Amino acid sequence: MAETNKLFGASIKRREDPRLITGKGNFVDDVKVPFTTYAAFVRSPHAHARIRGIDAGAAKKLKGVLAVYTGKDLVASGVKPIPVGWLLPNIKVPAFHPLAVDRARHMGEAVAVVIAESPYLARDAAELVEVDYEPLPAVTDGAAALQQGAPAVHDDAPGNVCFRWSLGDKSATDAAFKGAAKVVKQSFRNHRLIPNAIEPRACLASAQPGTGDITLWVTSQNPHVHRLIMAAFVLGIPEHKLRVISPDVGGGFGSKIFIYPEECAVTWASRALSRPVKWTAERRESFLTDSHGRDHHTEAEMALDANGRIRGLRVKTIANLGAHLTLFAPCIPTYLYGTLLAGAYLTPAIHVDVTGVFTHTTPVDAYRGAGRPEATYVVERMVDLAAQELSMDPLDLRRRNFIPPEKFPYQTPVALLYDSGNYAGALDKALGLFDYAAFRKEQQAARKQGRYLGVGFSTYVEACGLAPSQVAGALGAQAGLYESATVRVHPTGKVTVFTGSHSHGQGHETTFAQVAADELQVPMEDVEIVHGDTGQVPFGMGSYGSRSAAVGTAAIYMGTQKIKEKAKKIAAHLLEANEKDVVYESGKFFVKGSPDRSKSFFDVSLMAYLAHNLPKGLEPGLEAISFFDPGNFVFPFGTHICVVEVERNTGLVKLVRYLAVDDLGRVINPMIVDGMVHGGVAQGVSQALWEHAEYDENGQLITGSMMNYSLPKADDMCSVEVARTETPTPVNPLGIKGAGETGTIASTAAVANAVMDALSPFGIRHLDMPLTPGRIWEALRGRKEA
Amino acid sequence: MTSVTLTVNGQSETQKVEPRLLLVHFLRDVLGLTGTHVGCDTSQCGACTVLLDGAAVKSCSLFAVQAEGSAITTIEGLAKGGKLHAVQQAFWDQHGLQCGFCTPGMIVSACQLLERNPNPSETEIRAGLEGNLCRCTGYHNIVKAVQQAARAR
Repeated sequence: MAETNKLFGASIKRREDPRLITGKGNFVDDVKVPFTTYAAFVRSPHAHARIRGIDAGAAKKLKGVLAVYTGKDLVASGVKPIPVGWLLPNIKVPAFHPLAVDRARHMGEAVAVVIAESPYLARDAAELVEVDYEPLPAVTDGAAALQQGAPAVHDDAPGNVCFRWSLGDKSATDAAFKGAAKVVKQSFRNHRLIPNAIEPRACLASAQPGTGDITLWVTSQNPHVHRLIMAAFVLGIPEHKLRVISPDVGGGFGSKIFIYPEECAVTWASRALSRPVKWTAERRESFLTDSHGRDHHTEAEMALDANGRIRGLRVKTIANLGAHLTLFAPCIPTYLYGTLLAGAYLTPAIHVDVTGVFTHTTPVDAYRGAGRPEATYVVERMVDLAAQELSMDPLDLRRRNFIPPEKFPYQTPVALLYDSGNYAGALDKALGLFDYAAFRKEQQAARKQGRYLGVGFSTYVEACGLAPSQVAGALGAQAGLYESATVRVHPTGKVTVFTGSHSHGQGHETTFAQVAADELQVPMEDVEIVHGDTGQVPFGMGSYGSRSAAVGTAAIYMGTQKIKEKAKKIAAHLLEANEKDVVYESGKFFVKGSPDRSKSFFDVSLMAYLAHNLPKGLEPGLEAISFFDPGNFVFPFGTHICVVEVERNTGLVKLVRYLAVDDLGRVINPMIVDGMVHGGVAQGVSQALWEHAEYDENGQLITGSMMNYSLPKADDMCSVEVARTETPTPVNPLGIKGAGETGTIASTAAVANAVMDALSPFGIRHLDMPLTPGRIWEALRGRKEA
Repeated sequence: MTSVTLTVNGQSETQKVEPRLLLVHFLRDVLGLTGTHVGCDTSQCGACTVLLDGAAVKSCSLFAVQAEGSAITTIEGLAKGGKLHAVQQAFWDQHGLQCGFCTPGMIVSACQLLERNPNPSETEIRAGLEGNLCRCTGYHNIVKAVQQAARAR
C-alpha cells in the first residue's frame, strides 16, 4: 500500500475543468478535419418490416450527395455482422448487420446511409430515399414474445428465446421452501430505461488512401475494444491500421460501451470514398438506437423461518434483450444479475432462472448498474415485503440476516465470493444521521393530519471492478478484464501515464495523477494522464462496471512500483551503494541514515536517458508497462435511506430527504466520489419515480424524445446527503472498491420502499415502477385508510 | 444564401448562410465556437444556451438569420482578461460538472438566473435551471455552485 499518501484521499479540484467550463473541451462533434463529408441514416419507421427494395435514385441526384449505401452493399463488400462479447451455453446469436439487409427489426433500425457534402444536405437526401417496406406484426414486451404465436424476431431463434440460464442449487432451494414458516411472493416489473447521456453519440472516420491508415474519433467508453471488434470482426481492417480516439466524452452510463452500426458504416464509407465521414446523432436517434437498459418481468419467492431468517430465494426472470444482441447484452441479466441475488444477506439457498428474449425493440444492454439495480430491487423489495408479512420492522429483519463482518471472505450460494464488508456498520452510521424512532413518530403524527410520509431503506451490496479475466472467460466473456498502464518517465523527471481506462466524466486526469504522483513522490503537476487514444495507449479494456479505480489505478500503481525499482538500481549505482541500502523518500534516493548525500528523481531520470553511467547490463530509459488482472470483483455496500411524502389527492411523490452511506473501500478523491454518488442516486431515483420507455402496440417508441421521456430536472431532485464507512478491499493493492454505480444500484429500491411505506395505511402492498402520480392516484382511488 | 451580421463575444461577424441554418450550427460550424453544444432536437436539454442581447436563449431553436443585428455571448465569451467568470469559478470550485457536456449551457443559464435574481433560494435556483438537463451530477453540486457564485457577486 502507498506509503506517502499526500494526495490520495484529498479533494483536489479537477484539472479537466478549466477547459470544460470555458468551452474549450474537445468532444467528437467538435473535431474538424478538412474535406469532411456527412452521414445521415435512413431508419425504419416500422418495428418490424420486410425490406422489399430501396430506391435511392432521387437522393443520389441531389447535388453534393456522394453516395447512398444499403445493407446489401455492405454485405457485398465483406462487412461482417457486429459480434457479441459474452456468450452463454446454447445462446442464439442472430446476425446483427450494421445496416439491415432484408428485414428491419425495431423502429429506428438503420437500413441505408447517405453521404453528402454537408449535414443538412445529407438529411435532405435521406428523406428522398424510398424504402419499400412490407410491415409485419411486431412484439415489444418480453413476456408477450414468449407466448405461442408471437411474431418471430429472428428465424434462427425459435420462440424468440435467445437463452435460458440458471444459477444456484435448485433442490436445496426447493427444500428450503418446503420447510419454511413463511413464503412471500411477489411479481415485479423492472421497466425499460433509456440512458440519455447528454452528449449524443458521434463518430468521424478519416481514411488515408496513401497509407491505408484510418483514424476514427468515436464517443466510446473503451476505444481499444472498439478498435479490436471493428478490426477483427466487422470491417477486416488490420488492427494496427485503425486508430481509435475517444476524446472528451459527454457521459456514457454504459450506452457508449457498445460497437454500434453507425460507426461501422461510417468507417467503411470513409474507406470506400477516401474522404472523412462524420455522423452525429440527433436526440431522436439516441432514443431509438442507444442501447436501452433494464426491462425485466420477475417472479420472486422468499422463504423465511418464524424468526425472520431468510431460508431461500427463488427468482424467475424474463429479460427483454431487444431486436439484436449488443456487446455485453447476454451478461447483464445473468452474471451481473443472478449472482447479486444474495444481497447483503445470509440466504443459504438461492435459485434463479433467466430467459433472454428477442423483441422488436431497441437492443437492451448495460445501463448504469447493469443487472445489479434489478437484483437489488428484487432483494430489497422482498425483504421489505417479508418484514411486512411477518409484522417485523424492516431494519430488524435486515439485521437478523446480514452477513456478519467475521464471515468475510463470504461465499454466496450464487457464485460470488464477497471480499470484505461490514453491513451493520454502514447501517449504524446511517442511523446516526437519521433518527429513525423520531421519524416513525413524525410519520404517525403526519398521518393524523392526512399527510403520508414514508421511509425506505436499501442495505445493498454490489459487485464491480469487473474481473478477473480467467473467471470471466470461463463464464463466457470473449475478452480479458484486466487493465493496462504505461508509466513513462521523461529525461527531465516529468511523467506521462497512459491508461487503458477511459474517462467520460469520472475525472481520471485528476484522480489517476493523484495516485501516480503519490507513488512516484513527484509533484502532481509533473504527471500527465493520457487516455482514450489507441495510438498512444498500448492497450486497454476501458471503463464500465465501476472498474477504473479498482482495476485501472491498480495497474498504474504497479507501473510506478516497477519505475521505482529500476530508478533505485540507477540511484544505488550513482551513490556507489548497495541497492538494498537505498531508500526513496520525499523524492530523493539516499542510503538509509544518510539523507545528506542523495540523488533526486530528476537526477536518476536524466541518467536513465543519458546512459553515461548505468549499472552494468541495465537498459537505458525509464518506462514500465503493467497489466493488472485482479483475483476477484470488489464489493461496495452501504445503506441508503429515502424519505418521501405522497400527496393523497394527486398521487404525487415528493422527495423529502435522501441519505447515502456507502462503503467504497479507500477513496482517492472524496469530492469526485461524492459527485458520482449524487448523480448515481439521481438516476436510480428517476427510475423509481419518473423515467419509463414505452412502446405502443405497433412497436412505436412513444417516449422517443426529451419531451415525453421524463429525465430528472433540477427542481425534481432534492439534495443528496453523502457519508461513508471505509472497509478496504484486499483485491487490489490500493484497497479501492468502485464508486460509479452504487448510487443507481441502491437508490431505486430505497425510493420504492419509501413510497410503499407511505402508502401502507391504505393496504397497498406493492406497485410497479415508475411510481408516477397517475399510477399512485389510480391505486388510491376508492381506498380508505385502514 | 443570405447575409447575416451579428456580434459574437464582442466581435462583429458577417457571413453568408443558408436561411435555415440554426444559430447553434452557425456558432459551432461557421465560427468554430464549439463550446456551445447540441444535446437534443426539442429544446429540452439547454446545452446550446447562449445569451442573445443579454437573454438566455436556446440557440438550437433559432435560425442564425433571426439573430441578425444582435449581440451573442457564448461560453467562450464569459471569462474576461484570463479571469474566469464567477459562475465558471464556482462550477470548478464546487465540482459542478462531471462530463462537462451540459456545462456551457448550464453556466450561461446560471449567469442569467443570477442577473435576474442575485440572491436566489435553493428552490429558486432549482426552478431557474429547469431548462437545462444534466445527467451526471444529480444537480446537487450545480446548486452549490450557483449559491457560491451568488455569494461572490
